Amino acid sequence: MSNPIHWRLIDGVYELELCAEPCNEIGTAMLEALERFVDSIEPEKAHALIIYSSQRKGFCAGADLRELYHELVGRRGNGNGNRVKQLWGQMGQLYDLRDFLDRIHTVFDKLDMLPITTIGAVHGVCFGGGFELALTCDLLVVEKTARFCFPELRLGIIPGFGGIPRLKRSVGTSLTQDLLLTGRSINAKKAVAVGLASQVVGVGEGLNTARKVAAQAGRFDRQAAATAKAFIKQLPSDELAQEKRHFLRLFQNPGVLNALKKFVESDDIRPYLP
Amino acid sequence: MSSGTVQKLMELAGTRFSVPVSDLKPSDDFFQTLGIDSIQALELLSDVEMEFDVEIPDYELEGVVTFDALAEQIERRR
Repeated sequence: MSNPIHWRLIDGVYELELCAEPCNEIGTAMLEALERFVDSIEPEKAHALIIYSSQRKGFCAGADLRELYHELVGRRGNGNGNRVKQLWGQMGQLYDLRDFLDRIHTVFDKLDMLPITTIGAVHGVCFGGGFELALTCDLLVVEKTARFCFPELRLGIIPGFGGIPRLKRSVGTSLTQDLLLTGRSINAKKAVAVGLASQVVGVGEGLNTARKVAAQAGRFDRQAAATAKAFIKQLPSDELAQEKRHFLRLFQNPGVLNALKKFVESDDIRPYLP
Repeated sequence: MSSGTVQKLMELAGTRFSVPVSDLKPSDDFFQTLGIDSIQALELLSDVEMEFDVEIPDYELEGVVTFDALAEQIERRR
């Protein structure tokens, strides 16, 4: 399997390219690649990080639900109903879901708290875990095609990669409740209007604009910029831990597997729509 | 419903997905006629919201598959 990300350091700016077909779904391969990237960052050599996608469909469609489903089913075996029920209750442990969540939280927390300016260049789909990744960025430059959504409640779960506390931190409780409890998506213009993103640009202009923002950030004293960021942006640690606990609890409900099955096996051309 | 809205909608969709507007009818299922998937439908929704300066929650689009039905949703929001 090809690397789901590429990254480079140019003139003090890390550029992290998400490049996994079809839309940068976050499964074990993406997680491992992000871990390697985050561990290799040397903040003293940079003043900014840009995260962008080279996939046409968008920034990131979220967690890799197909991998998750097949992993769960593969470990479930062909037992009878009672056995299935028993195993389903243990799935969190079977799939090491807690370990996966801990690792993704570690990666996202590190991205969130980097002492350099982080910029997300978002186009197209920015859903679920992809939205959660975008929310680790300090600034979002969004192309006109960008759409943001937390569809998790449709599966009987909540966002689990830290999205709820981070969205609340960015835009407050009201919009967070709206997006979370209705599962609706919002466009780029709305994202700017509510303070989620900083600017809307034309199609194909996201990365170029993000580079200009990064260049601007590079004009300032790095210690001052890092101090400003640390002052204004703090990790909502308690809420992140709570979100993880709620996610793991909800994930053990049998309805979740059924919802995943319906999503994975759907031949509907509209699986991303309600 | 304004025929202007549905016409403008078809022009928008035709332009985005490179389909001649003359090939589109208000009663067409735009998923089928345009040959688009769910993600492309979201792109169309973004275009629509920007062009008509409206905000249409996804859940109000359940079952909306034709240009005239989508135009009706747009007009309700204007």
